[in-house]
Amino acid sequence: MYEEEFKQIDAELHRLHQQANAKVTFLVDKNGQLISAVGETENLDTTSLASLTAGNIAATGGMAKLLGEKDFSILFHEGERDNIHISLVGRVILVVIFDQRSSLGLVRLRVKKSVEILSQILQKILQKVDQAKAPSGAGGAAKEQPKSPFAEITEDDIDKLFG
Amino acid sequence: MSFINYSAREINCKIVFYGPGLCGKTTNLQYIYKKTNPDSKGKMISLATESERTLFFDFLPLALGNIKGFKVRFHLYTVPGQVFYDASRKLILKGVDGVVFVADSQAERMEADIESMENLRKNLHEQGYNLDQLPFVVQYNKRDLPSAVSVGELNQALNPKGVPFFEAIAPQGQGVFETLKEIAKQVILEIKKGG
Repeated sequence: MYEEEFKQIDAELHRLHQQANAKVTFLVDKNGQLISAVGETENLDTTSLASLTAGNIAATGGMAKLLGEKDFSILFHEGERDNIHISLVGRVILVVIFDQRSSLGLVRLRVKKSVEILSQILQKILQKVDQAKAPSGAGGAAKEQPKSPFAEITEDDIDKLFG
Repeated sequence: MSFINYSAREINCKIVFYGPGLCGKTTNLQYIYKKTNPDSKGKMISLATESERTLFFDFLPLALGNIKGFKVRFHLYTVPGQVFYDASRKLILKGVDGVVFVADSQAERMEADIESMENLRKNLHEQGYNLDQLPFVVQYNKRDLPSAVSVGELNQALNPKGVPFFEAIAPQGQGVFETLKEIAKQVILEIKKGG
């Protein structure tokens, strides 16, 4: 994840959070890793939510395939107080949690716009990744390749994790 | 694939506990959950049936500490072991960084162990992974039961490539952290290679 794009994603989540009058907006990758969360997250177990969201998308994706659909791109869960709106943005998942201060219509409208913007940002990230992978001869794309901080991990470092 | 977030300085890795039904995958996670410092663990989530059989998955996030200034988080998952949940098992293997195969040591479960191991290999292959190239550890669980088969025999049937293996009695915790530590080590060394 690149710093610049990460900030853009965060800004878009903030914007959506505000415009959709949502409680929380967050972005998860399809493996269940939380990318960013915005809003009233203090009392929310975002890690578990991220993992269950990915499980949910995976399960409905499996159902879609059985019906000959590529994906179900929008899921909506309605509760007594809070509701969850989940939508697929390419390889990641956008989640909006909202209550009676907002409405499904408003959320859907704002999400649609955000999906477009997030798609563009994600596209840029993919391009950067591809460039970084390209051989160094190709226009010197590799010149800014930062040195990985993990190259010097030792077994001691790992042992320390387990005290 | 491990998810490295350079902005938040976090590494997230996904480890899946695989194995036949009732071999003790969930018990492994429960023991880890019980014995971990409350600060470093999240909530354990079990999507199980009323009879406490895993329906979709168990999930336990663990933040063990820092390496090179990066917070290292492991997301531990189990799969449902029962044969007819194969579709769910495939989904959970997506994006896996390391696999622990939990085998039931009892002689009468040997066949189920072998079948599950073949199923693991097949499902990984469908996702484009090769088990021989993934961080992989085998755990022989239920060593305390009278019909437990010898480790030599189990290795011959389930571990022909000789990956690291551990004997375990999961409810008492024997072998549980040894297994976790070995898979964590392999996963982190893989990141080191890739980085």
